[in-house]
Amino acid sequence: MRLLSVQDLRTCFFLDDGELRAVDGVSFEIHKGEIVALVGESGCGKTIVALSILDLVTLPGRVVGGRVVLDGKDLLGAPPETLRRARGRDIGMVFQEPGAALNPVFPVGEQIAEVLRVHGGMAAAEAESEAVRRLGDVGIPEPEKRARSYPFELSGGMKQRAVIALATALRPRLLIADEPTTALDVTVQAEILELLRDLRDRHGTAILIISHDLGVVAQLADRVLVMYTGKIVEKGPTARIFREPLHPYTRALLASITRLGQGKGAQLGGIPGAVPDFLSLPSGCTFHPRCSLADGECTEHFPPLRSLEYQRQCACYKVDALAPMGSEGP
Amino acid sequence: MILYIVKRLVLSVPLLVGIATATFFVLHLAPGDPMDMYLEPRFQREMDPEVIEAIRTRFGLDEPIPVRYGKWIRNLATGDLGTSFRYRRPVADLMWERVPYTLQLTVLALLFDALFGISLGILAAVKQYTKLDKVVTLGSLVVYSVPGFWLALMLVLVFSVELGWFPTSQTRSLDYELLSFWGQVADRLWHLVLPVFVLSVASAAGTARYMRNKLLDVLSEEYVLAARARGLRERVVILKHALRNALIPIITIYGMALPFLLGGAVLIENVFAWPGMGTLAVEAVRGRDYPVILATTMLSAVLVVVGNLMADITYAAVDPRVSYEGKVKA
Amino acid sequence: MSLFDLPEGLVAERDRVDRSALLLRAVVPGAAHFALGRRRRGAHLLGYALLMILVLTLRGGAVREAMASRDPGDWLAAAFVILSLLGAVAFSVWDAARIVSDRGRTRSRSPLRIALRRFSENGLAVLAVYVIVGLYLLAILAPLLAPYDPTVIENALETRYLAPSWLHPFGTDEFGRDLFSRALYGARVSLSVGLLAVVVAITLGTVYGAVAGYFGGWLDGVLMRVVDVIIAFPTFFLMLMLVGVFEAGIVFLVLILGFTSWTGTARFIRGEILSLKEREYIEGARAIGLPSHLIIIRHLIPAALAPVLVSAALMVGGMVAAEAGLSFLGIGIRPPTPSWGNMLSAGQDALLVAWWIAFFPGCLLALTILSFNLLADGLRDALDPKTLTRKHL
Repeated sequence: MRLLSVQDLRTCFFLDDGELRAVDGVSFEIHKGEIVALVGESGCGKTIVALSILDLVTLPGRVVGGRVVLDGKDLLGAPPETLRRARGRDIGMVFQEPGAALNPVFPVGEQIAEVLRVHGGMAAAEAESEAVRRLGDVGIPEPEKRARSYPFELSGGMKQRAVIALATALRPRLLIADEPTTALDVTVQAEILELLRDLRDRHGTAILIISHDLGVVAQLADRVLVMYTGKIVEKGPTARIFREPLHPYTRALLASITRLGQGKGAQLGGIPGAVPDFLSLPSGCTFHPRCSLADGECTEHFPPLRSLEYQRQCACYKVDALAPMGSEGP
Repeated sequence: MILYIVKRLVLSVPLLVGIATATFFVLHLAPGDPMDMYLEPRFQREMDPEVIEAIRTRFGLDEPIPVRYGKWIRNLATGDLGTSFRYRRPVADLMWERVPYTLQLTVLALLFDALFGISLGILAAVKQYTKLDKVVTLGSLVVYSVPGFWLALMLVLVFSVELGWFPTSQTRSLDYELLSFWGQVADRLWHLVLPVFVLSVASAAGTARYMRNKLLDVLSEEYVLAARARGLRERVVILKHALRNALIPIITIYGMALPFLLGGAVLIENVFAWPGMGTLAVEAVRGRDYPVILATTMLSAVLVVVGNLMADITYAAVDPRVSYEGKVKA
Repeated sequence: MSLFDLPEGLVAERDRVDRSALLLRAVVPGAAHFALGRRRRGAHLLGYALLMILVLTLRGGAVREAMASRDPGDWLAAAFVILSLLGAVAFSVWDAARIVSDRGRTRSRSPLRIALRRFSENGLAVLAVYVIVGLYLLAILAPLLAPYDPTVIENALETRYLAPSWLHPFGTDEFGRDLFSRALYGARVSLSVGLLAVVVAITLGTVYGAVAGYFGGWLDGVLMRVVDVIIAFPTFFLMLMLVGVFEAGIVFLVLILGFTSWTGTARFIRGEILSLKEREYIEGARAIGLPSHLIIIRHLIPAALAPVLVSAALMVGGMVAAEAGLSFLGIGIRPPTPSWGNMLSAGQDALLVAWWIAFFPGCLLALTILSFNLLADGLRDALDPKTLTRKHL
């Protein structure tokens, strides 16, 4: 059952130095109750994808093309009011910095109750007690007391739980979690991941998790989208991608983790070269300067995403040459 | 909280004594004799030295400076501000007469400043990148740069001299006593228009710029994005979530506006011959009326101390992260 | 096209130009720069030189008179015209030679260069710089440009209260003095008081803050209490009291304005030094026996320069306004020495008969303050490291 379909999404930033294509023709789908991971190095446009889905990109950035279809309704083409209602009610969002995502001057419970009142049409008292219950649901001890706490009075893990409670207050069918564990301690990370999985299992919430942490992805995601310089370069089921990466970039990402089993919390690194500057992207396949397989063909056009097997796509001219080698695993 | 206020006030006593001492000695270090202001030197030469000595004794000018200092401090501690050389009346009475006139101007000016400054700032920030924002930011810089007393002169020229819409100076008309009660009120207000306008326009321009920048800072915070992602209406996002945070520093500034209430209108009072604290201070400085100079200085220092205290208290009241001890907790 | 880029078509042509012929051409200020494709700088040099030559030819008599004068202000004006003209020629040759020898070398994108470039793209800020430079030139050259003596009163009955005309662009005052001339001389007082007071304030604040921050301990405590005391006075009131009671002349006025306005800088510099002392590289330097004050200075300057520059630009506007306010109240610069402030004061007295007396000096005052505020805004935008780095994606 298809829940969300993103088609040829394009988002540009219009800067003094030129036009920056942060999201450049991204397409993917998320099914009901599915957990999909969007991975890539920092600065590849992952967060902008998330913000573009909700049409929350602010000037000088703007979504310039594409469709975001939720349950058959195009969100980007819809009137602003429809889009606003979809935010929070249909799609919730969790941010990287739990400390920054909560308004510092309102108690946590009040922020949840506000959403319940505005969208859910609850009366003030009802919303308040429901907010306490939601805080309890995400595993916050003493929720009555915590509901009256200000964000600065909570620990990082507690704050992220509160953010999740806030984002899921209206039981959205899709939760976008942007690096939900990056800012947290390793032990707390596991708890938050468990909470997210629990959310899917109990309420059937589909989750789009954005991360550069392949350990997180391996634990949680059903499918993986690999992103590089604003484009998706490979997609496929998590197990397949981890066992048999096709795109040289994906391989490099995986190779940078020593062993998969110990991948928890592992960071990316060890890929030669740096993420290119968005304003002066290399010609053709933007990965070619960092790719050992690149030749003349790669410098001319960006390779199209091609379906290779069931549910798997890869954007690389060299993928046929690679496939046999890829089966050996990283 | 009361304990905190008392503690702060007690702690500021040494500061005030320091200011009193510094002012006293700086004043008496200055060349010139107040006696010369009381009586022109050429008359003094012709007069009986005994009479002059008598005058000196009456004003306490015959004693050595340390003795005068001791007496002054002792009187100050009991609330006795001394007697004006010029008016030959208790300084406290003089100030008591003048303060209401200044307050009329400054309180009204502060109200207009807050009203127009804050709303223009919000408007400019919300409409960032539009013509309106450019007009407000540039316009406020221009207005802010025009010296208030010159603007006052020009307005008098246009609206009083040429058009005759408003009085050129003074607090009330010559026939004030003959007017009915409401006529008197209208007459007072009529005289207030120009000075209050001049006084508030520049500070409103400053407030607008400050408000705009603060609100823009806050609007780029993640919790504003998060509030939008929860599908809250844009008006709620800005007027509740963002504004509450952006107003904190603004409110603190208004807490510190206390000294402005009495000393902020010196030049404008002078232009409009307004019998307030500003003209009193200028007359005192011109006429070496030491008791008045010392008293106004002390009053303004006290206001600064109390104003800072008020700022801290309002800060603690509006920002949950700040306790009365003035420490930021998170 | 910015100040620093060379149009590509000119590169080849530039290389063909013979070096010595080029440098010879540079004797005409800016000529070589045009040949080298640095049109903007060339235009500035040429424009400035032409301006000075214009002054020399049109006001030649005044220049000769000023050079013979014993008044240092007059003498300075004449010397300035001639020396700055020679300076423009020298700079033109030197800079052209530098550009030729730098040929082919790519220029680094240092933060300063980026800031300059960003500043030069801000039209209003650049305009403000032109206005400020223009106003200071008018002030320096006042004795050469003023059509009348600003203080001498002749035939007061015939010339008093004349409305603006070609003979008297700003009109005349109650004593029949030419207000345009007075405004030019007033610019000398107002603008130099503003600038010098800021120099005093920034210097004092920097040294004071550096001492407090570097030595710390009880000394810091005492020094900062003093700052608390000074901050507890409303600044304008403090100026009013001091200037009034001491009947300050210009020098004393500058000192008082400076001495009442340094506390912000002192606090800022102290804070910067305290945070620098916490940094690891300072501790590392100390560990290997390097004197830490050298490192602190090395790191302090780039960190503190931008905010100090911005606040200095803002302060000049404030100081000019403060001087005008004090003189307006009759406590600052006293007549007959003209300053924009005391001209306004005279204008207030004659408001009903001669609007122009108050009008023109006020315009100049507003223009000056506005220009410095625009300059400060432009500097802040250009130097702000936050806007230098692109926002995260």
